Amino acid sequence: MNTFKKLKRFYWPHRKYFYTSIFFLFFVVAITVVYPVVLQLTIDEVVLQERYKLIPYIAAGFFFIMLFKGIASFFHQYTGDLFGITTVYKLREALYEKLQVLSFKYYDNARTGDLMSRKTTDVEGFRNFISFGISDFIEITLLILFSLGVMFYYSIPLALITMAAMPFLAVVVYKFDKRVHPAFRGIRKSFGRLNTRVQENISGMNTVKSLSKEDFEVGRFSDSNDNYRQNYLFTSSIWSKYFPVMEFIGNICVVLLLAYGGYLVISGDLSLGALTAFFSLVWYIMGPLMNLGFVINMFSQAKASGERLLEILEATEDVTEKKGAIDVPIAGHVTFKDVTLTYTEDDDKALSDVTFDATEGKIIGLSGATGSGKTSITQLIPRFYEPEEGEVLIDGRPVEDYKLKTLRKHIGFVLQESFLFSTTIRENIRYGNPEITEEQIIDAAKRAQAHDFIMAMPKGYDTMLGERGMGLSGGQKQRIAIARAICINPSILVLDDATSAVDMDTEFKIQQALKEVMKGRTTFIIAHRISSLKHADEILVLEDGKIVEQGKHEDLVNHHGPYERIYNIQYQDREQIMETAT
Amino acid sequence: MSRKTPKENRHLNRFYYTVDHAVEKPFNWQQMWRLLTYLRPYAKTYLPGAFMAMMLSTAVRLIVPILIGKVVFDIVIANENMTMLTYMVIGITVLYLLSYIGNVFRIKWVNILGQNVIYDLRQHLFSHIQRLSHRFFDTRSGGSIIVRIMNDTNSLQELFTNGIINLLMDVVTLTGIVVILLVLSPKLALAIMVILPIMFYISTKLRRNIRRSWQDVRIQQSRLNSHLNESIQGIRITQSFSQEKANEEYFDGVNTDNFKSWRTATKKSAMFGPFVEMSNALGTVILISYGAYLILLGESNGGIAIGTFVSFGFYVGMFWEPISRLGQMYNQLLMAMSASERIFEFLDEQPNVVDKKDGTDLTDMKGHIEFDHVEFSYDEERTALHEISLEIKAGQTIALVGHTGSGKSTIANLISRFYDPTKGAVKIDGHDLRDVKLNSLRTGISVVLQDTFIFSGNIIENIRFGRPDATDEEVIEASKVVGADDFIRRLADGYETEVEERGNILSAGERQLLSFARALLADPKILILDEATSSIDTETEVKIQEALQRLLKGRTAIIIAHRLSTIRESDNIFVLENGKILENGSHDELMNQRGEYFELVKSQFKMLDAM
Repeated sequence: MNTFKKLKRFYWPHRKYFYTSIFFLFFVVAITVVYPVVLQLTIDEVVLQERYKLIPYIAAGFFFIMLFKGIASFFHQYTGDLFGITTVYKLREALYEKLQVLSFKYYDNARTGDLMSRKTTDVEGFRNFISFGISDFIEITLLILFSLGVMFYYSIPLALITMAAMPFLAVVVYKFDKRVHPAFRGIRKSFGRLNTRVQENISGMNTVKSLSKEDFEVGRFSDSNDNYRQNYLFTSSIWSKYFPVMEFIGNICVVLLLAYGGYLVISGDLSLGALTAFFSLVWYIMGPLMNLGFVINMFSQAKASGERLLEILEATEDVTEKKGAIDVPIAGHVTFKDVTLTYTEDDDKALSDVTFDATEGKIIGLSGATGSGKTSITQLIPRFYEPEEGEVLIDGRPVEDYKLKTLRKHIGFVLQESFLFSTTIRENIRYGNPEITEEQIIDAAKRAQAHDFIMAMPKGYDTMLGERGMGLSGGQKQRIAIARAICINPSILVLDDATSAVDMDTEFKIQQALKEVMKGRTTFIIAHRISSLKHADEILVLEDGKIVEQGKHEDLVNHHGPYERIYNIQYQDREQIMETAT
Repeated sequence: MSRKTPKENRHLNRFYYTVDHAVEKPFNWQQMWRLLTYLRPYAKTYLPGAFMAMMLSTAVRLIVPILIGKVVFDIVIANENMTMLTYMVIGITVLYLLSYIGNVFRIKWVNILGQNVIYDLRQHLFSHIQRLSHRFFDTRSGGSIIVRIMNDTNSLQELFTNGIINLLMDVVTLTGIVVILLVLSPKLALAIMVILPIMFYISTKLRRNIRRSWQDVRIQQSRLNSHLNESIQGIRITQSFSQEKANEEYFDGVNTDNFKSWRTATKKSAMFGPFVEMSNALGTVILISYGAYLILLGESNGGIAIGTFVSFGFYVGMFWEPISRLGQMYNQLLMAMSASERIFEFLDEQPNVVDKKDGTDLTDMKGHIEFDHVEFSYDEERTALHEISLEIKAGQTIALVGHTGSGKSTIANLISRFYDPTKGAVKIDGHDLRDVKLNSLRTGISVVLQDTFIFSGNIIENIRFGRPDATDEEVIEASKVVGADDFIRRLADGYETEVEERGNILSAGERQLLSFARALLADPKILILDEATSSIDTETEVKIQEALQRLLKGRTAIIIAHRLSTIRESDNIFVLENGKILENGSHDELMNQRGEYFELVKSQFKMLDAM
């Protein structure tokens, strides 16, 4: 119940829909039970008494009452649905807003698939209960009560016979539900596995074909395929076991009514019409009872879904804006003072005691093996993460003093794998600054050496990029990402391994583009290749989160440290090659 | 229009997502027939079994109302015949027992039938896709293939499971009711059947209209989900550019659109039930008024008995279910048409590269490769290779050098026979590849690509992928040889460590080492390394070079790379440009020649210096 209380703010404001829905439900159920009564009246009062003058009244009365029921059931369903979809609307909005502000740290431990399933399946699971679950439960209760009421009015012994069947049915329904829901989950899981299998096969098709493993793959697929079939058949075997029993219990009830009711009619203790009415009434009790399990299951699903949604909604936002944070232009002077960073508690330190000073407009090169902490340094500047100890300062002020937006507006990022959104090239370039003019967009593209290839496309800047920017080469995507960074005119620019995934020609072009862009900005370059680093004003060499060497290229080359080692590996080749050439 | 409008519009134009529109197709007999052929294996077992079981329970459903109405009401009660009542009760109980048995087997067999058909269809589709050539995969996104194997097949599930049997059941029930009613009382029957067309209308046209608006909702929803997915994947970019607010506005727009279309669909849906009820009510009104009149008329004057009236009461209530399901069935068929069309489109796709029946078995491959005046083009506009002739002796290591698009990878693809040359011939050990058994050819060749694909599973299974029958010892041995053993043992569960495609347990270098181990385990005679060592940091690359040397030993190797350090040791270097071989020779020879290779080397260094 606690889950529902915590989510109250999403559905409670719309409770008027719910009340309306339940109000109309009352009429719907009441009128449903009227149908057998009309049948009874027709037989007993009209036919047997031969009062045929009543026929038009009964017929017209019945018609109008059904019309009223139609209207009531429309409003019942519509407002019930509205209650659900309005809640979903609000819930989605809140989830989206929350996911926008959660920090990198949160996303490091989250998987897209999992978040997606929470935002779709769990939202849906919660809605089902809000829209139908509660009102279905009320409907079932009301229908059973009303029907029993009418039954007792007609004949107490026959009503008792019907009631006697209910516990049997309840037991079967209970057993059925206990088994069928886990089985359904089994189907879903198995389908998920089958899906993963296919997905991997298609994504890895090159590998499969290269190693000529098609038959092997077909074999693995048929295992998963068969598993899915078995799961499905297992579920249907539960159905085939219990469902006919439920129907049989209902049918036996009808037979008993027929036997005893027939006897009562013959002995004159029951009217013929009442007996007829019983044959309808009995299904108004048996039918809903069979569904009760599903309604209860809806409740437990909604509870589980609600919990998973709350996990997102209540996730801590580790990076928050200070009260009175300021919004002033940033010049780009970056200082690290004894900065230590740990991503998660059991991890080793990603950075320890990092200290350096990068004045405005300087180029800082960051070198070191994968995992040495190069990227971590750059991610502390815009507060994607918070240092554990020490201080990060910009223009002499701690980064926490700035508004997040101010901070990030002045820092431009170009990453190794540039993420482009599914929209036009133009929208992608102006992503960080939607207010920018067409001229500025083209100018940025030109400076990023992207204008020419963009114009060579049939639709130019209106070219649509598919999911993950398909259709462009790595180098082209990278240059669009650079144009995107230029558009926000940042004081601080971070190039995180921006050129490693492209071939030499393209790298050359990109480097040319970057040279132009770096002018007048404090730039951090992360690179493997010495050639990209050597023009830096200062190079920081990292090993296991510590700065082990620091200085200009000329100093470091003869320092007998890791920088020299890498230099030698990269350049001894070249000397040898050039030797043979001369 | 207010000033705000253009701004809102702009936000809605921020992202574009493609959504599938076609969800139904007109009915097509030929296609339906082809679908039904999947039932053939079960035509003598489950299909007739399920049909018989269905007939049994349907028959009981149809008979009982007459028994209760005609017999119990008109004979037993009218004549106060208690013995007859007892017989009836026993008789009906027996019928219900039969119906119970029928139901058990119907549900069981119908599902076995449906699941087997879906299993077969999916298996057929998947195996067929495995046989298709590179050309097929070149032109389609992975997503569109997966959708066909998973979702399109699944949407046929309902048709084959309950659909076909239900169709028969509904037709039988409906005709049964109509016939019984006509026999009981033609006049009353005809009067009541006025509601049939109304019901059919509701169940097809109205439902269709409702379904269309649900399609709208689904389209909106898939746009919303695409955006959600992308917003999660691109969250780091969004936060770096502090675009959270702008994205929220976009989302708000999509969310509102979705809400509106949803509300419309709900409104239409909520009308469906009442319409059904009303048409039912109409039937009852006719029954009450005309039926009562007929009773009063008396049986002898062409009227009816009370029992007939009661039976009619039962049957009128039974009309809706089959009609409703038939309407659903109609919609289901239209959807099945579009799904099966898309499935058959793939099944009709022929592999470009086909295995000859009496192909030579290349199991004892030596590894001698020859290109004899090979020309190749991916499509009509662009020729990728012109008149290429080259020879690679068994055990040689050669390198292919050139810019992006010069044809290096194409040559490699032709050796594996992923494509057939447009002109000329590729030969291995003197056999034209078109005359060789594909499986024996590819077993002899391993390709290591730039991005190694990691399957979800543990490390040992991933390496074993190179040769599924390899023992654990052999896998470990191969890992040791390529230098992967060390890092694997350092992982939490060693060789049992679970990895997945996008997981970050392994670095790029480590993945590459795994793919070397995989290739080594496959023990190929020919090894192709396609940009295998790019995007790895310098120190790792040095480590990999050593592994590489061990891997190359005793094999014919083709190395494709941009980096000169990797290719310097090759026995022969081919320099390609626009699909032609410009020159070839060893590194020293080429450098001395001062030709294109020399220029290439020089320009690379010049570039590096200029950076």
